[in-house]
Amino acid sequence: MNYTQSEIWLIIGIMAVGTFAIRFSFLGLIGAGAIHPLIERMLRFTPVAVLPGMVAPLVLWPSSAGGEPTLWHFMAAAAALGVAYKTRKVVWGMLAGCAIFYGPLIMGLL
Amino acid sequence: MTVTTTKSAYWAGVRDGLPFIVMVVPFALLFGVVGIEAGLSMAQTMSFSVLVIAGASQFAALQLMLENAAIGFVLLAALAVNLRMAMYSAALAPHLGGAPFWQRALVGYLNFDQSYMASIAKYEDNPQMTLPAKVAYFLGVALVISPLWCVFTYIGARLGATVPADIEIAFILPIAFLSMVAPMLKSLAHVAAAFVSIIVAISLAGLPAGSGLLIAAVCAMLTGVVVESWMERAKP
Repeated sequence: MNYTQSEIWLIIGIMAVGTFAIRFSFLGLIGAGAIHPLIERMLRFTPVAVLPGMVAPLVLWPSSAGGEPTLWHFMAAAAALGVAYKTRKVVWGMLAGCAIFYGPLIMGLL
Repeated sequence: MTVTTTKSAYWAGVRDGLPFIVMVVPFALLFGVVGIEAGLSMAQTMSFSVLVIAGASQFAALQLMLENAAIGFVLLAALAVNLRMAMYSAALAPHLGGAPFWQRALVGYLNFDQSYMASIAKYEDNPQMTLPAKVAYFLGVALVISPLWCVFTYIGARLGATVPADIEIAFILPIAFLSMVAPMLKSLAHVAAAFVSIIVAISLAGLPAGSGLLIAAVCAMLTGVVVESWMERAKP
């Protein structure tokens, strides 16, 4: 890393201010009841619109496997998704996904 | 289940925030370890976690700093990763926009994936919740997670040089996010939105970090709205 101390602090400072500005934006400026109904309708889909797209490349091209798809990563992802969907509980999905992914690692199989 | 008082709403938030500890603790530890190994000081590593509190963007910034990217590019990529939170802010505004300024500022500071997702799901399932109860629930979830994020960043940073950074630990991120999103697939419209998000994000994976995801998210939201209105029209 070839940054001066003040450059590193500059990065941290701008990220802190910028991230707060993004998170506060609509809460701070608009307040209640000023969002168009269509926009509001769209925003109800934000979690299912953002997270699958964020996760898909990480599952398909995992950096730990050199960016190549593996059955192992895919199975762990499918287990997390399937179990969480079936049980409707976040924690069971996480445990299932971790068991598939980290179980073989811990048992020294991979 | 009805939330009757502000206090019970706060504790309901605390309870619903607890499962997220499973994902927050290892990531905070990992950020601490990687931050120190990358050459940040203890103060800088801690400032990232305390001031920014956004895991994915902190890792993105660190990765680009390790590659000695231009400062402007580090900032753009890291903040692009956080742009989805503007959508969270807009989604929370109809629920929390009536709260006092200092409460909205606090919610803004603590508006991250887990606190947003748990809260918005709660508000939608309990439309009768009062404004103070909604704020209390949000803070209940957020204040379980954010102190642990900072404390475990510190512990990770102290371990720093002694623990080897194992790249496989990073896969807990997709596992956790998939587990979070699965219970939200409540209708065909939600499933269609998720599907479009995946397809577009994969198709645009070559674009600069975060930008393909934003396009995918907008396409997915539009898909959700269109499919939902089809379903409403199909109903007798």
